[in-house]
Amino acid sequence: MKKLVILPASLILVLVSQAQTKISGTVRDMKSHIVAGASIQIKGSYDGGVSDSTSHFNFKSFEKGTQTIVVSNIGFKSVEQVIQLKGEPIEINFALKEEVSELKAVVVTAGSFEAGDKKRAATVLNTLDVLTTGGANADITAVLKTLPGAQQVGDQEGLFVRGGAGYEAKQFIDGTLVNNPYYSSVPDIAQRGRFSPNLFKGTVFSTGGYSALYGQALSSAVILESIDLPDQSQVNASISTVFAGLGLQELAKNKKSSWGFNYGYTNVWPYFQIVKQGVDYFTIPEFHSADANFRIKTKSGGIIKYYTTFSHNQLGLRRPNIDSLILKDAFGLTNYNWYNNFSWRENVGNGWKMNLGLSYSTDHNDIHQNIQNQQNQYVITGFPYIDTLNFALENKSDLSQIKLVLDKRISGISVIRFGSEYMYANYKSNYNGLHVLLKDNFLASFAEADLYITNALALKTGFRFEQSSLLNKINFAPRLSLAYKLGNGGQMSWAYGDFYQKPENSQLIFSTQLGYTKATHYIMNYMKVTTLQTFRIEAFYKKYNDLVKTFPVYNNAGTGDAKGIELFWRDKKTIKGMDYWISYSYLDTKRDYLNYPKSLQPNFAANHTASFVLKKFYSKLNTGFNFTYTYATGRPYYNIKYNSGLVKYEIADQGKTIDYHNLGFSMNWLTNIFKSYAVVVASVTNVLGSNQVFGYNYSYNGNYKQAITPVSTRFFFIGIFLSWGVDRRQDAINNNL
Amino acid sequence: MKNLLFLTMMLITGIVSAQSKYEAGMGKAFEQMKAVKTAEDMGATAAFFERIADTEKDKWLPYYYAAYCNYLTGWMNPNADKDAVGEKAKALVAKAEVIEKNNSELYILRQMIAVQQLTVDPMSRFQTYGAQANEALEKAKQADPNNPRIYLVDGQYKMNVPDAFGGGKEVGKKLFTKSLELFKTFKPATEMHPSWGFDQAEKLLAQCQQ
Repeated sequence: MKKLVILPASLILVLVSQAQTKISGTVRDMKSHIVAGASIQIKGSYDGGVSDSTSHFNFKSFEKGTQTIVVSNIGFKSVEQVIQLKGEPIEINFALKEEVSELKAVVVTAGSFEAGDKKRAATVLNTLDVLTTGGANADITAVLKTLPGAQQVGDQEGLFVRGGAGYEAKQFIDGTLVNNPYYSSVPDIAQRGRFSPNLFKGTVFSTGGYSALYGQALSSAVILESIDLPDQSQVNASISTVFAGLGLQELAKNKKSSWGFNYGYTNVWPYFQIVKQGVDYFTIPEFHSADANFRIKTKSGGIIKYYTTFSHNQLGLRRPNIDSLILKDAFGLTNYNWYNNFSWRENVGNGWKMNLGLSYSTDHNDIHQNIQNQQNQYVITGFPYIDTLNFALENKSDLSQIKLVLDKRISGISVIRFGSEYMYANYKSNYNGLHVLLKDNFLASFAEADLYITNALALKTGFRFEQSSLLNKINFAPRLSLAYKLGNGGQMSWAYGDFYQKPENSQLIFSTQLGYTKATHYIMNYMKVTTLQTFRIEAFYKKYNDLVKTFPVYNNAGTGDAKGIELFWRDKKTIKGMDYWISYSYLDTKRDYLNYPKSLQPNFAANHTASFVLKKFYSKLNTGFNFTYTYATGRPYYNIKYNSGLVKYEIADQGKTIDYHNLGFSMNWLTNIFKSYAVVVASVTNVLGSNQVFGYNYSYNGNYKQAITPVSTRFFFIGIFLSWGVDRRQDAINNNL
Repeated sequence: MKNLLFLTMMLITGIVSAQSKYEAGMGKAFEQMKAVKTAEDMGATAAFFERIADTEKDKWLPYYYAAYCNYLTGWMNPNADKDAVGEKAKALVAKAEVIEKNNSELYILRQMIAVQQLTVDPMSRFQTYGAQANEALEKAKQADPNNPRIYLVDGQYKMNVPDAFGGGKEVGKKLFTKSLELFKTFKPATEMHPSWGFDQAEKLLAQCQQ
């Protein structure tokens, strides 16, 4: 009974002795910056507090004696400290150490623009942007041209980056090189890319200093990452002024695999009836394209993807012959292309990841040109400089490729990565009965490390080793880049690298006694990114060595350099619901290559280029309006003629084209048609009808020059894209545009 | 005998006090939540729930409320970094999900967090965050199709989506009506389990009927 009395007494005692201890202090990081929102807690008790915006915290605790206090916050390592609670106020100041995490770590941004849905510092565009850029007609290359670094070249396909020719920029899908990313060249008319933007979830447009995983590109790498499984099964249909298409995507019930196919047919005949073209098409451009895919998620979180596309197209056009008032050049082209890409991404255990890529492509061109008279009949004039324009060229280029990359996390988020690739290229050409065969066994090995020293300092370093059997030469390319985060949310990056590229097949058919062409990049970049705004400024210097010269014999004596400054600003914040970006590039470049008699600014390089892209979506109208305005200063043009007396090439005439202006517009209206989600798209290029001159062609005697202009002033497009089986409209835009 | 009695009493007192410590703690936290005036108060309440959760370790409700209060700070503070709030709230939901498997309330919270992050940049985030929100609600429906909050949060999201995207006030109206109907029969498992949303559903339905 005594004891029972003691019990309540002891309870009272406990209550009495529960005097509160006041605990206060501050939480800062190792550099004494305020850490707000950190949790301070007495371990095993509910007592605690939160640091405020001035770093202070204070709370009271009833706990007694020896206790452990824990301070934690996202992105920081938790800190514990043992304290004695005796009722007297305690003041403790904590310093937290930052954890290196993907969310906070600095990202190397020198030289690269990312487009994708990943939230990363380098991301400046997302997939939707590619589809809704005014005047770009959903062509990836056209959208990348609105970013700094790319030239506004309208007479040849490709990306002309920082003083580099179009063939110096290469595209990679899931790691492997794409041999013919554009539809086959037609003289003086730029062609579209073969791949629709809806195939990709991420795009990296690198204008220099890129990773050792990629080679054989002197100027630029466009790295495309294909989508994984679709969100839902669906059927698509589209009809427009120039094409019609049908497609299906089937997602398995367990959401572990999918398959699909698409077919599209393009014929511009109806369009050409309404909008007259500047050239006479004797074969109306016609394209068939079909693609199919499957994707399978593996048990250990990997994915297997296969994509194949086949296309066939033909066209024929006549233009007046520049040397004669009565003759015409009739150019005809037929192309078959089959592209296959297989990739396998897998976690192989112990932190190792594998990326395997296989690709095979074959491209077949049948090209011919005839000199014709007014009755469109083939004629032989007896003038060699005209008759040599008659030609028949058949070429077939095949590329088989395998690439294996292994990566492993070493500590924190630092990664090492290495691998190898092997390519077998086979190029057969028959030019007027002259047969040439080029075969190359190309082997490359590479290694790279992404080292995160702190959240504020990251280093990416690697090298690449390449060997081509055709050139019978090896090369070694080091790469290095560094990123440092500044206090104000901005960051600096630097990049350096050597880049090698084989000469083009069109050069190798004349001589295989050539070596690699070489470029060295030096880049410095400042970037500041907030959720809705991006500012970026970059300066670069690029040195070209061993470029191909075609005179007096094919050799590697060419040189060149390029330097410049580029600005990019994107803002979705200032005006609500409006999104715009501005790009500006300054370029100073000269090169001595091909038959240039001396170092010249190449005819594809303008000194100043600027783009302004504006997008506004009106929810009430369910309509988006998109404008793109591009400007470039005039580009140089030359008439480089062979002087047989002096046995050398000389500049017979030169000049500068007029400035380039282009205002593109597109609108997309979202609605419902036949129970489908529908997007109606209307777009027009060169709204203002500005006169665009890309250069000049010269007559044989050099007395007459003719401007190279677009085949028609504007391109109009109206299309309807329907999609069934999707409950979200945005998909409809993405899958169809 | 006396000793045994004493021991038993001690044991009972121990259990009672342990339980009441959790209940009292939660009760205090709920009181604090009711009294919240500013985003900072809400943040402090969230931290309180989190401290309870971290101490108890086997209770999902304090994690749930910690995540929910964090989420609310994202709306209460107009300058909040909704991505930071979202990441924090998601981390807390993940901890709750380890303890409580396949609960519709947690899926609903995931939907709410995804929608909050979507609003940062709706045009470009629609695809990723919209998909996350939909997926979470699908799972919530599978776990408990009679949870009225499923239709409440769905309606709240869809009423702000343009008609052509499959949203609008008409869609909202249907969902809020369904939610209110389910609220009539809805009983939380305990007093501590989530029961919020009835007033909100009524208010939003009224807005849709305007």
